[in-house]
Amino acid sequence: MEEKRAAVLDDPASSSGYEIVHSKSKVFYPEFERKTDLKHQTHYCPGCGHGVAHKLIAEALEDLELQNDTILVSPVGCSVFAYYYFDVGNVQVAHGRAPAAATGLKRACPDKIVIAYQGDGDLAAIGTAEIIHAANRGEKITIFFVNNTIYGMTGGQMAPTTLVGQKSTTSPWGRRPVNEGFPLHMSELLSSLEAPVYIERVALSDNKNIMKARRAVRKALEKQRDGAGFSFVEILSPCPTIWGKDPMEARRWVAETMIPNFPLNVFRDRKVEIPVNNAPPQKTIAELIGIEKKVDGKTSEPARNHRFHDLTIKIAGFGGQGVLLLGQLLAEMGMREGLEVSWLPSYGPEMRSGSAHCHICLSKERIGSPLISQPSVLIAMNELSLRKFASQVAPGGVIIYGRTALPVDFSCPQAQIVCIPASELADKLGSAKVANVVMMGALLEETECLSPATAMQVLEAKVKNPALLELDRKALDAGRLYIDDTVAVGAVTQADGFAQ
Amino acid sequence: MRQLCKGNVAIIKGALLAGCRAYYGYPITPASEIAEAAALYIPQVGGTFVQAESETASINMVYGAASAGIRVMTASSGPGLSLMQEGMSYLAGAELPCVIVDVMRGGPGLGNIAPEQSDYFAMVKGGGHGNYRNLVLAPASVQEMAELTVLAFDLADKYRNPAVVLTDGFVGQMMEPLDLEYREVVAPPKPWAVQGTAETRKNMVSSIFLETDDLEQHQRQLEAKYQRAQNSETRWEEYCTEDAEVLVIGYGIVSRVLRSAVDQARNRGIKVGLFRPISLWPFPAKELVRAAGRTERILVSELSNGQMLEDVRLALDGKKPVAFYGRVGGNVPTVEELTEKIEEQMAVSA
Ligand SMILES: Cc1ncc(C[n+]2csc(CCOP(=O)(O)OP(=O)(O)O)c2C)c(N)n1
Ligand code: SF4
Repeated sequence: MEEKRAAVLDDPASSSGYEIVHSKSKVFYPEFERKTDLKHQTHYCPGCGHGVAHKLIAEALEDLELQNDTILVSPVGCSVFAYYYFDVGNVQVAHGRAPAAATGLKRACPDKIVIAYQGDGDLAAIGTAEIIHAANRGEKITIFFVNNTIYGMTGGQMAPTTLVGQKSTTSPWGRRPVNEGFPLHMSELLSSLEAPVYIERVALSDNKNIMKARRAVRKALEKQRDGAGFSFVEILSPCPTIWGKDPMEARRWVAETMIPNFPLNVFRDRKVEIPVNNAPPQKTIAELIGIEKKVDGKTSEPARNHRFHDLTIKIAGFGGQGVLLLGQLLAEMGMREGLEVSWLPSYGPEMRSGSAHCHICLSKERIGSPLISQPSVLIAMNELSLRKFASQVAPGGVIIYGRTALPVDFSCPQAQIVCIPASELADKLGSAKVANVVMMGALLEETECLSPATAMQVLEAKVKNPALLELDRKALDAGRLYIDDTVAVGAVTQADGFAQ
Repeated sequence: MRQLCKGNVAIIKGALLAGCRAYYGYPITPASEIAEAAALYIPQVGGTFVQAESETASINMVYGAASAGIRVMTASSGPGLSLMQEGMSYLAGAELPCVIVDVMRGGPGLGNIAPEQSDYFAMVKGGGHGNYRNLVLAPASVQEMAELTVLAFDLADKYRNPAVVLTDGFVGQMMEPLDLEYREVVAPPKPWAVQGTAETRKNMVSSIFLETDDLEQHQRQLEAKYQRAQNSETRWEEYCTEDAEVLVIGYGIVSRVLRSAVDQARNRGIKVGLFRPISLWPFPAKELVRAAGRTERILVSELSNGQMLEDVRLALDGKKPVAFYGRVGGNVPTVEELTEKIEEQMAVSA
């Protein structure tokens, strides 16, 4: 524990002044067993607001009969040991993260009462993102925010709520907005959000205000009990030790200096109608992850007698040419024909503008590297890809190039090259989008690696719109026919054998 | 029934099978499909998906859900995992079970989105503060993405400890056949959980032990638990090691390329075998020593500057020379490249 607090705790002279809680709520443990010593008193300094805030919360939980239902999330700060005192389920969390942990707890236990208790360093500095987003999501939790304008536990450093001009160990000349900015007003800030149902700032300055605080604490918990939404109570709270004041002076300082800077107010008290649109359908796990019992028996085709042992295909083109999808279709077909398959895409932002490529392995055995350095087939959808990848093709391999003819200056002696104006053929069918299916037709006709019937099965399974499916069928046929015709006029030779 | 599935999606299919009903995460390439699959699937079985404001928040939401005793997970890649280190330390300290997936990408800093294996130290040695361990599993295929996620949930509960599925951009992005069988999930009872009930009212989840002796005792108990895991949770795979004169070692995507390189080198008459750690923590040190016992040369390959390499060297304790070949920056070695490295090893030992 940090030195200053330890010093306060260890000083026997100061311990005589500790608040000893006698008439305790039964939501407090009768004896503070989790403390190592002084099991009848809290670890808080005399006149500390945390003790009072604890009392108000314990009483409210008792009166509302919520003790068994409550989970208290304690923060890092002087109240880190809130679990010493509260006889409820306790979860202690990292500095500032209470609203996130409370979110996880509440979503797991939606009918329970989840409270996050936080100081101003915890909530308004290190945990600012967590509190704003928990509030904005309208988490049905309650936050008790103890604002004492200072870091108590670590010995009096500046807090986000430290007042302009207020001295701290890290603002030795008083908070200077030019260097440290202005105090954060968390209640006001959260009040700009849609979702919260209840936001109030109260003060532990005098009995009248403590009574108001008691009502606010209770109301916040009632809101949660009734499932209304996010409730938040900011409690202006004395820290006599760090402020260097006696308890009475400290209370007065809350009244006279804090309140004018942090006006007490009910910032939000309303019903918030949160639309529950588009509720997700409910399914069984088996349905969802595709392991329902086989329905039609034809989900997996018997292995065909493939002529290759391994076939590696690289497909490359511009993003948007359906390069990745074509690869997936081939992998799916291979799988249906009983082969081992892998599909490895280029991924990330470069797909959106520039080029895309993917690697497909088809094999009769477990596949080692899904990354191909020497494809047996290259499907090049554009000139760039042809030039970039042709030299990688294995000797005796095949290149299928998606244009009418090769660039004049291009040659690739180790491979057989087939040209097909895929985009033009696709355009003629009515959509340039099916150029990739035209290329698939060419591949199947040229290499006979997979069966066109499997191609149609896969397309049928993927394409639900009958008009589009018909278009795909035509594209597949167009690709096959074109190769057939080309071969007939002897432009290229059939490539049956692949480099292993 | 086999289905063609992306590695990242297989993680969530495994998670659903394992009874995971809560996912908290933040998008990042190349892990985003995990969050997307979680967003699509988990609410359809009545579970929770929340896109958090940051990985810091995600891991603390996981902390909260785990405190309540439900099976919960998150996933990210390097930069996100860096933000989660605080939470992972707290989870280990508070002995909370959960599953964390790291689909590794190039670093340090923003690096790039291509695959690396450079988070090994952070995940295996513990990137957060304090003496703690993560259980770490390293899938090398889409099938294993699902299966090891299921195992990660089981181990996390068994040891009350975070379990990490450590993979990379390629295994996350690639598609392969996935074959899952339905299984009934029997998560162990969690009498320590805090659930807002009379029975659990006395429970407390915390990592604070103010007294030095208490914290020492707590750590001794964690250490004993880690020792138990060390004794019984090592997992590995061997390929062609029986007669190997050269042993190559790699995990995840590299083990896949190495497997092909082993085939290629064997075609060229080199007796080489592959040792693939599946659990990175606990590291299969004893098994590695056994497999290495028969070989003369050892080659480690990683997509890093030599991180797992240290564990290999520790395991072998200077008894064998260990060579290293690493690629970084998102480059993955080709089969030919690794075959060449294997041939070099033969040349050295000849
Ligand atoms: C990540 C991290 N940073 C810093 C700390 C040290 N620390 C502990 S409590 C605290 C400030 C607490 O102040 P506040 O939230 O205002 O609570 P108070 O003690 O005043 O009740 C700090 C900075 C920590 N525990 N964790
Ligand atoms: S230092 Fe301040 S906040 Fe902390 S216990 Fe003492 S009076 Fe309370």
